[in-house]
Amino acid sequence: MRYLPLTPADRQDMLAVIGAGSVDDLFVDVPASARRTGLVDLPLHAGELEVERELGALAARNRAAGQGPFFCGAGAYRHHVPASVDHIIQRSEFLTSYTPYQPEIAQGTLQYLYEFQTQVAALTGMEVANASMYDGSTGAAEAVMMATRVTRRKKAVLSGGLHPHYSSTIRTSTHVAGVDLIEQPAALDAEADVIGAIDADTACVVVQTPNVFGEATDVTKIAEAAQAAGALLIVVVTETVSLGLLKSPGSMGADIVVCEGQSIGNGLNFGGPYVGLFATREKYVRQMPGRLCGETVDADGRRGFVLTLSTREQHIRRDKATSNICTNSGLCALAFTIHMSLLGQTGLRQLAAINHAKARKLAQALGKAPGVEILTKRYFNEFAVRLPAPAAAVVETLVARGVIAGVPYSRLAPKAGMYDVLLVAATETVTSADIETFASELNGVLA
Amino acid sequence: MQSIGRPTQPHAVEIKPDTLTGARGLLQDELLIFEHGGWDKTGVDLPQAELDASDLGDLVRTDVIGLPGLSEPEALRHYVRLSQKNHAIDLALYPLGSCTMKHNPRLNEKMARLPGFADIHPLQPQSTVQGAIALMDQLAHWLKTLTGMPAVALSPKAGAHGELCGLLAIRAAHEARGDARKRVLVPTSAHGTNPATAAFVGYVVEEIAQTADGRVDLGDLAAKLGPDVAAIMVTNPNTCGLFEREVVEIAKLTHAAGAYFYCDGANFNAIVGRVRPADLGVDAMHINLHKTFSTPHGGGGPGAGPVVLSHALAPFAPAPWIIHHEDGLSLDEDPVGACGRMSAFHGQMGMYVRALSYMLSHGADGLRQVAEDAVLNANYIKARLSDLMTPAFDGPCMHEALFDDSWLDGTGVTTLDFAKAMIDEGFHPMTMYFPLVVHGAMLIEPTETESRDELDRFCEALRLLAQAAKEGDVERFKGAPFHAPLRRLDETLAARRPRLKWTPADEAAAKKPRAAE
Repeated sequence: MRYLPLTPADRQDMLAVIGAGSVDDLFVDVPASARRTGLVDLPLHAGELEVERELGALAARNRAAGQGPFFCGAGAYRHHVPASVDHIIQRSEFLTSYTPYQPEIAQGTLQYLYEFQTQVAALTGMEVANASMYDGSTGAAEAVMMATRVTRRKKAVLSGGLHPHYSSTIRTSTHVAGVDLIEQPAALDAEADVIGAIDADTACVVVQTPNVFGEATDVTKIAEAAQAAGALLIVVVTETVSLGLLKSPGSMGADIVVCEGQSIGNGLNFGGPYVGLFATREKYVRQMPGRLCGETVDADGRRGFVLTLSTREQHIRRDKATSNICTNSGLCALAFTIHMSLLGQTGLRQLAAINHAKARKLAQALGKAPGVEILTKRYFNEFAVRLPAPAAAVVETLVARGVIAGVPYSRLAPKAGMYDVLLVAATETVTSADIETFASELNGVLA
Repeated sequence: MQSIGRPTQPHAVEIKPDTLTGARGLLQDELLIFEHGGWDKTGVDLPQAELDASDLGDLVRTDVIGLPGLSEPEALRHYVRLSQKNHAIDLALYPLGSCTMKHNPRLNEKMARLPGFADIHPLQPQSTVQGAIALMDQLAHWLKTLTGMPAVALSPKAGAHGELCGLLAIRAAHEARGDARKRVLVPTSAHGTNPATAAFVGYVVEEIAQTADGRVDLGDLAAKLGPDVAAIMVTNPNTCGLFEREVVEIAKLTHAAGAYFYCDGANFNAIVGRVRPADLGVDAMHINLHKTFSTPHGGGGPGAGPVVLSHALAPFAPAPWIIHHEDGLSLDEDPVGACGRMSAFHGQMGMYVRALSYMLSHGADGLRQVAEDAVLNANYIKARLSDLMTPAFDGPCMHEALFDDSWLDGTGVTTLDFAKAMIDEGFHPMTMYFPLVVHGAMLIEPTETESRDELDRFCEALRLLAQAAKEGDVERFKGAPFHAPLRRLDETLAARRPRLKWTPADEAAAKKPRAAE
């Protein structure tokens, strides 16, 4: 077996050193009733070639986004990732290291985490950011829990524009903590409605911009209303590239910002692994979940970095910790920070501008199809359209015509009744020919 | 080569002067990306786009974002220089107990990057991702077969997230019977994530005592079980590296009290292919794909923490569920009865591919050998060090060897000092001061992917260090590490005055020539 270095002779020698007759002697503490003598009913070992064949066959049964016109978004976006990003994250010293518990031999990881935190803070317009969460949705749930700790209140208001998977993730992990969730009905452009739901018991309001329908909102007034009532504004961003074009949540008064960082540096990967960005105000830092990297000096006075404020964390505080999170998304955060370092603000702005231009072009093209209405008014690279037919059926029909048309809203929220709403996204990876094909095939389907 | 007049042999000097720049040979003193001065630079060539943001009005960002750019060669240098300051499995044995730092096969990386897995969207039509769903189904089959459990929830994103998933299912199962319970029992030796998760799910955490031989105290467990106990959370093999001999009895007591047995599967590597958790009476157990099934630890993630579930808990598994149809597979993304959704989309697909690639490579026979070699390696280390260091418990260990610090008594050297001296000898320290129940704990997990030579090299280094400590060579330990990229770091300063991001004021200080100090 190619991953097992011990030879049969090694094993015999080592058993002799241990003083055991056989390896079974080492499993003596296992109850006899649970000792399995034979092999489990699974295939035997296989060589690289065989494994490649088997997994290659499974991969071939999927239609990769790059195979043709592709317009899915709704929280996961197909962007071009520079080749050097994947090269660097596969370096052994990054790929095969772990959480930097020993800072003297983990400065590589710690420095990029410090750079990552600085980039995330700048991007979101916030004072501090942590070293990553699993993804945007779990980060949003953690943000709600954090708001309940900061305010010592138990009520959270979720906007109707929040991604339904995010609402569901928040609901799953906060209802057991006794959080009273006020979930507003799905609405294309009703972020300000959360203001009416704020009262003296409200810990936070959660608003997404651009929202799940693509609508971008100035949340300044929501922030003012929340803060006037002693509540926090949590802003969710599922498309981080939008921050190259749209006002930062921090500049609009957000107290906590949670982003899905997949768009920068990370592929679609069928939904994971992704990377959650989590940023807040400095005064709340001790209530933050997750790891934080901080600057310090070594015994010779040289600058260095360590994990810090870990008295918030589970390995120290156990049942009093701010979160149970341990392993986070280190390597995805590395991919993010490399890609962001390559882009710089100049490249990010340019990338965002291209995305916006592509989406406008797509909207112009689709808007001409019979019975199609563009529903989103101010969008970044994604918008909602109303179709004259159920969106899921149209999408399925377009698959046969070679186009992956987008995400029917009903797939995210089957009970919301918006069967005719389709979410479509256009990033820099979409070509003019893709847009023309989509428009003409849609015409064909709807005609 | 002309050698007249040139010294051909290096000559030793007594004093090694500091370098003038701060660099040390191959180790560069690398600035932060913010200190390279590339505020207007970009390393990505993008087509010029006409920015027409008239439709966005006052939503357009006008501030300076504060993100520097690097050209590709600068970026490569920056990150490669950083990488050289990290220890890694590929460099040497990485005996971090409880973390299972085994070799990460590169075939897994290649497979995960096939466009058919890497370039598919979680919400594209299910008819276009039948291979992906089939892969999830196959992974589920392997996990269920290896554990003997009837169901598995794949979506949790790491071990602690798996614990959350398991306890949510347990809570939902109790609530479905109208039997809300309040307490969760956790041994004193548990991972910190166990009590943190139980508290997160709204339970009161109570500790179970440990016996002198490092196992759950059955008497204490029986005394603390009661009608308000929702679950126990027991790691098996436990964090002392020992198999819970009475595990079947633990399960019986737990079930008799109407509670569920949550098993922390962080240490599954010790028993994979040899013991099925179902045969021990387990109701739920997470499996860290980044431990037992070799997906890379990546500097702290991403991981994946699928949770196997008993018949009683399966109906409460979170979304999505894989559904078999006559003409294919589908994902039910909003199943009735589920305890909810752990995250957006379907979990860590990239990790599923890597884990299945590893499983197929090893097969049933190889996986059983994995457990045997992991346990053999740990016992070998224990045997080779026991005359100099003090094992915390007698008898064979499982996949990790645990020592306490009583052998350091009177030397003036602590567990921390010893660990830091290991860095100078080229090894990553073991897990220190955990489990909490053992004084000055040193938890060594070699894994099965270490060769006999590497194990001997490691044991020899530890033996030399142990002898040095006992012979009074205290300076070697107190000042260590001397040969790492940095000396010991001031963690107190970092916490007392948190600096969590770079600011422009830091740049001048960083660029000040060292020689001028």
